[in-house]
Amino acid sequence: MAGIVTKKAGSGGDLRPPHISEPKIVKWILIAISIIFLCSIVLLPLIIVLFESLKNGIGLYLESIVEPDAMSALLLTITVAVITVPLNSFFGICAAWAITKFQFRGKNFLISLIDVPFAVSPVISGLIFILLLGTNSALGAWFESYNIQIIFALPGIVLATMFVTFPFIARELIPLMQAQGIQEEEAAASLGASGWKIFWRVTFPNIKWGLLYGMILCNARAIGEFGAVSVVSGHIRGETNTLPLHVEILYNEYQFTAAFAVSSLLVFIALLTIIVKSFIEWKTHQQQSQMQEVDHHG
Amino acid sequence: MFFFGKRNVLPGFRRTFGFTVLYLSLIVLIPLSGVVWNTLGMSWLDFWETVTSDRVIASFKVSFLCALVAAFLNLVFGFIVAWALERYSFWGKRFFDNLIDLPFALPTAVAGIALTALYAPNGWIGRFFEPFDIQIAYTQIGITIALMFIGLPFVVRTVQPIIQELDKEVEEAAVILGASRLRTFFRVIFPQLIPALLTGFALAFARGVGEYGSVVFISGNMPFKTEIAPLLIMTKLEQYDYAGATAIALVMLIISFAILLLINIIQAKSNKTSL
Amino acid sequence: MANSYIEVKNINKKFGSFSAVNDVSFTIEKGKLIGLLGPSGGGKTTILRILAGLEYADSGDIYFDGQRVNEVLPQDRGIGFVFQNYALFRHMTVFQNIAFGLEVKKWPKQKVKDRVFELIELTGLSGLENRLPHQLSGGQRQRVAFARALAPQPSLLLLDEPFAAIDAKVRKELRSWLAETIAKIGITSIFVTHDQDEAVEVANEILIINQGKLEQMGSPIEIYKNPHTPFVASFIGQSTIIENFHELKGFDHEIGSTRAVVRPEFMDLGKPGEINFASAAQKAVVKNVFFRGSNWEIEVQVGNHIFYAFRSLEKEQLRVGDEVLLLIHRMYAFNDNQTVIIENRLKEDPMPVII
Ligand SMILES: Nc1ncnc2c1ncn2[C@@H]1O[C@H](COP(=O)(O)OP(=O)(O)OP(=O)(O)O)[C@@H](O)[C@H]1O
Ligand SMILES: [Mg+2]
Repeated sequence: MAGIVTKKAGSGGDLRPPHISEPKIVKWILIAISIIFLCSIVLLPLIIVLFESLKNGIGLYLESIVEPDAMSALLLTITVAVITVPLNSFFGICAAWAITKFQFRGKNFLISLIDVPFAVSPVISGLIFILLLGTNSALGAWFESYNIQIIFALPGIVLATMFVTFPFIARELIPLMQAQGIQEEEAAASLGASGWKIFWRVTFPNIKWGLLYGMILCNARAIGEFGAVSVVSGHIRGETNTLPLHVEILYNEYQFTAAFAVSSLLVFIALLTIIVKSFIEWKTHQQQSQMQEVDHHG
Repeated sequence: MFFFGKRNVLPGFRRTFGFTVLYLSLIVLIPLSGVVWNTLGMSWLDFWETVTSDRVIASFKVSFLCALVAAFLNLVFGFIVAWALERYSFWGKRFFDNLIDLPFALPTAVAGIALTALYAPNGWIGRFFEPFDIQIAYTQIGITIALMFIGLPFVVRTVQPIIQELDKEVEEAAVILGASRLRTFFRVIFPQLIPALLTGFALAFARGVGEYGSVVFISGNMPFKTEIAPLLIMTKLEQYDYAGATAIALVMLIISFAILLLINIIQAKSNKTSL
Repeated sequence: MANSYIEVKNINKKFGSFSAVNDVSFTIEKGKLIGLLGPSGGGKTTILRILAGLEYADSGDIYFDGQRVNEVLPQDRGIGFVFQNYALFRHMTVFQNIAFGLEVKKWPKQKVKDRVFELIELTGLSGLENRLPHQLSGGQRQRVAFARALAPQPSLLLLDEPFAAIDAKVRKELRSWLAETIAKIGITSIFVTHDQDEAVEVANEILIINQGKLEQMGSPIEIYKNPHTPFVASFIGQSTIIENFHELKGFDHEIGSTRAVVRPEFMDLGKPGEINFASAAQKAVVKNVFFRGSNWEIEVQVGNHIFYAFRSLEKEQLRVGDEVLLLIHRMYAFNDNQTVIIENRLKEDPMPVII
């Protein structure tokens, strides 16, 4: 991972002449504080998961992962992500299209509304669906009369996850499409291209990396969401447990090795997310500098 | 509420706008308004009694105090980290830079059990504090550490781009006017970072107040001591006390939105002074 | 040199393998206003930053008032610097911006206040002292930057393209104001520009910088009349380069070069009868006529040479295709590294002027 290039950290900070940089000693103290802090808050937790899961041998590790309850939790988690991410992507694209390609009043208000789920505690995100669709509510009772279970079942888990991950993709696309403006699309429209064609041929190539970026963030959160899902899942082993919930159950049953083994799966997904994320950042950075070069020579 | 401006040659406004509003309403607005609707069903007295009961007040205190301390520590250390990453080059810098995103990507439950293992009295770090009779896991210190993990990227990722965009010439202007590095930093650089720092602080705080997954494992969940407000909502739900849960939720929602509003105000203000 | 105030000796600066400043030496007398003029990327900003201590020269020496200052920190050089984008402290008011350098020097409060208001008065910013930079116009920001640089009473003022970000009209006012103000204070100043009108109008002396090299230094009139290098000859003034100048009447000089620079001021253009030395003039055809506000600019062709000459609005208007006479008084002939003034030999000037 250390070799991956991202655009985030500036490079060549040391090229700054002494009058606009800190004395060497201050610099090394700040670097040391940063490294110690990051290690004790972020890096060591990562390492301890791998350590604890492998402490009692690789055999026990594999056993805890292939065990049927773990597998069904994995399956459920994947199902939730597979439903949530495309739906939120479609929403994100629609919202970004309407917001960035057209002028209307109340636009900023709409953007703030999209942000709302960021401000809501995960537990409350679950609670609202119990209030809306639980057996005590009118709507829940109505569904129940048709024998459709929503809360403590897959639909409830998906809904809660959709709520929590709702803003991710739209938030990524809106600034991107705003910066790109509408000239290219207008040019295509004046040539008679249809809406779909404009989107696929003109807009999509410009936003594909941003979209992917939003999707992997959304995916990571969908897989890892704990609080909201915990409220609506009902914790039925082998049925309504996602991977994070399964980790909780194992941990509370003092099956630490198994809990950390299942966690290690989630750690790998997280690491993969970060790798893809920094790859995308590197890619878009490259594209930007290419564009700048074109500007210079053109 | 929405007024449509001048016509545009691009197609698809009605469909995309319509779907956006529909989806937003179904997934976010209608469910969320349920909280208000349900509390309206309560009498004011019931509501007041619920949210001012000793245990609820204690849980709010724990949640807010820990979130506040965690956000403050993140402000200090997150700033140092962001500064080091932006201004210095050192071995492993790229690695650490990517590591900042881990709390965004790692499921909170995993973070929770990992931090607990690390800071428990016999854990890798906890054992160094044990001899001094300092317990970290299962105390408010533990909660604070979990919230620091969760909130760190908010501070770092908000401040980092601002440090990157700082105008080198403004620093040079201060230097030419005779200012030492220390003065340049405190009088010229730092004031420019304040809006970003405040925003990062508020974001980390807002996230910390509502956080559940990473905290429940390390907190020990002792009522009046280490029980956080989201956990109390959970407990009330398990006891089918929906009204109680909803009342606490409403208070938390109001506070969250107030913070969100504050962040927007800070941002708007700092955008105004940019040249 | 007796009253040389700044002395720069053989400074070099490389960015990587690119040589941004190449063996530049010059001296500046106290109290002079110097223009650093040259095309973009020529190294003007770099020279200014080296003087200020913001950048270190790879080799060479800099003396202020006889003291070598190479190792002196920028804080201690006693310099005022006006940045191209002003670099104002945007969270500080106008007053605080100007007071910054004085507070650094630990001036007593009342003295700071007096000095700041003195400068606010001088720069015409009265009434704006409590505004933040984003509440000011471009020209006002420029004045704040100027006042801030002057406040600690520096002995040298450096200005990097002080008018670049200001629109044309205000710019003209501002630069004459600046020139007057600097003259009034009597502070040695160097300003960068790539606008030659600006340099000519404001500066006592001009340094022409191109590709990291100092091409020529001198008063505007000297540089104009006696350009030392082909670059200066073609950069200063409005000029046309012509090949094979000895094809032209009166310029059959044998000086070992074939190219020359001709300026509109070196030529007279008119209908037969309007020109005094008709025998020394060439027949020309009007190709184009441009209205230039205060005069006509006429493009004419002689053989396969194209010239641009001015014509007064008072005279009869010329039309495309008119046959006219073009009298070339002189030109700068040049080869790779030097220029020579050559005069029209057929012109029997009653009072020859030799420059
Ligand atoms: N920090 C730097 N690193 C690398 N190259 C640099 C740096 N600063 C300047 N240069 C290069 O040195 C050359 C001279 O730059 P300088 O800024 O001094 O030019 P200038 O004459 O001020 O131009 P302009 O009129 O456009 O401001 C340019 O080619 C520039 O690209
Ligand atoms: Mg420059």
